[in-house]
Amino acid sequence: MPVPAPVQVRALRKVYGEIIAVDAIDFTLHPATVTALLGGNGAGKTTTIAMLMGLVTPTSGEARVFGADMAHERYKVLHRMNYESAYVDVPMRLTVRQNLDVFGRLYGVRALAARIREIAGQLKLADLLDRPYGKLSAGQKTRVSLAKALINEPELLLLDEPTASLDPDTADWVRTRLEDYCRSRAATVVLASHNMAEVERLADRVIMMERGRILADATPHELVVRFGRANLEETFLAIARRGAEEAEMRP
Amino acid sequence: MMIATSGRLREQRGLAASARRVGGMMLRHWYVLRSSWPRAAELIYWPLVQMLTWGFLQTYLSQATSLAARAAGLFIGAVLLWDILVRGQLGFSIAFLEEVWSHNLGHLLMSPLRPAELISALIVVSLAKLAVAMVPVAFMAYWFFGFNILSLGVAFAALFANLIVMSWALGLVSAGVVVRWGLGAENFAWLVAFVLLPLCCVYYPVTTLPGWLQPVALALPPTYVFEGLRALVVHHTFEAGYMVKALMLNLVYFALGACAFAVFLRQARASGSLVQMGE
Repeated sequence: MPVPAPVQVRALRKVYGEIIAVDAIDFTLHPATVTALLGGNGAGKTTTIAMLMGLVTPTSGEARVFGADMAHERYKVLHRMNYESAYVDVPMRLTVRQNLDVFGRLYGVRALAARIREIAGQLKLADLLDRPYGKLSAGQKTRVSLAKALINEPELLLLDEPTASLDPDTADWVRTRLEDYCRSRAATVVLASHNMAEVERLADRVIMMERGRILADATPHELVVRFGRANLEETFLAIARRGAEEAEMRP
Repeated sequence: MMIATSGRLREQRGLAASARRVGGMMLRHWYVLRSSWPRAAELIYWPLVQMLTWGFLQTYLSQATSLAARAAGLFIGAVLLWDILVRGQLGFSIAFLEEVWSHNLGHLLMSPLRPAELISALIVVSLAKLAVAMVPVAFMAYWFFGFNILSLGVAFAALFANLIVMSWALGLVSAGVVVRWGLGAENFAWLVAFVLLPLCCVYYPVTTLPGWLQPVALALPPTYVFEGLRALVVHHTFEAGYMVKALMLNLVYFALGACAFAVFLRQARASGSLVQMGE
């Protein structure tokens, strides 16, 4: 029996009233790859990720994770995935250790105390474990959110702006940790980011979205070459401002 | 499809896995309560104020009227039981609101925690908060006014059970309303129990209500609890029939509450409101 792809999206569509947030998109993600979802505000990235997590039900089509339809079978696979966003905090009043303890229990992590020590060491959180999350700096909070996202060693990791609001040094450090994790666990990553340098460094593949549709789907290098730009940032701007077809015709 | 787990993770299915996740949620609320003594003090504050107010009123009335003199403990008993209903519902609803206030509901709903496990955890948390609030207040009611609620014996267990199940039914509906309509509907969670105060005849018999309102009162489980309390305190008789009627109604209300929560959660997934929850 073939092993199902980590993510398989078929004719996925989400309509809110008269607004089409995601418009019949298709893509398949392969194991141990990093795929960036790019697009301006309202492009449909967040709605797509929310449907991959089972937080939003599609209007039609399907989002499958490890073969499970996330609208109806999400509990078969939720323990194999996790999510991190710079914009979504974990409970502020709880200490770092308490947060990791609670989420570790929800995900059923074995030898939880040892796992918390291990991940705290990897993410330089050992000295912060007994401090309330709400009293940490932005960079420290990002590391805690990442620890929460990695506590169950997910095979599929969904990242929404993982290094937003971090200084360049800390952001670079976080990207290195993400690269290490993906390499060591052969994890599949979906990354939504507006930081093109981050995308060029981490992503094997870029899916560019606009108004709920996929405009382009290629490696970062292929996109830059295809649109005749100097780098991914310029490519993104050209596509976002003029649309894929026009940007391709007028480099 | 098999549910695959890596060597790092425990079995995800079965009673033990559910109990572990429910335990994780209980621990989360214990950490919140432990982190803030004003929160623990707040649990006791209103039940204590209510008990003292109605206790002193009872003391005054017992000197002035023959009914109150015969029925010592009528008001204090009623206020303690009313607080079981209100504190039970608020304990459930506020524990749920904590997840919304802290933007944690999304994390929970994308974790392996099932909605039924979330509800189970909220039920246990409401019982724990109720114990923190009511046990000291019940002791103080005995100390100040000589009213021992445990002197009601087995009847107290029946009265308590019927009120706490109704409080969970109200908690389920209020949590569902917040899931569906967001924090704009938060006041519903704070106020829903108080709609019942005049209708379920906490401090007066059902016959006090106008005829057209009595069927409404008799459709509410707490009405039978408070009628049962009056029968106990005034006539020293335990009306088992009242408790059975309340239990039957409670089963219906709890099932309706669970259905409402499930429907509102499904609608929230469809409307996308879970993504913005807490904002």
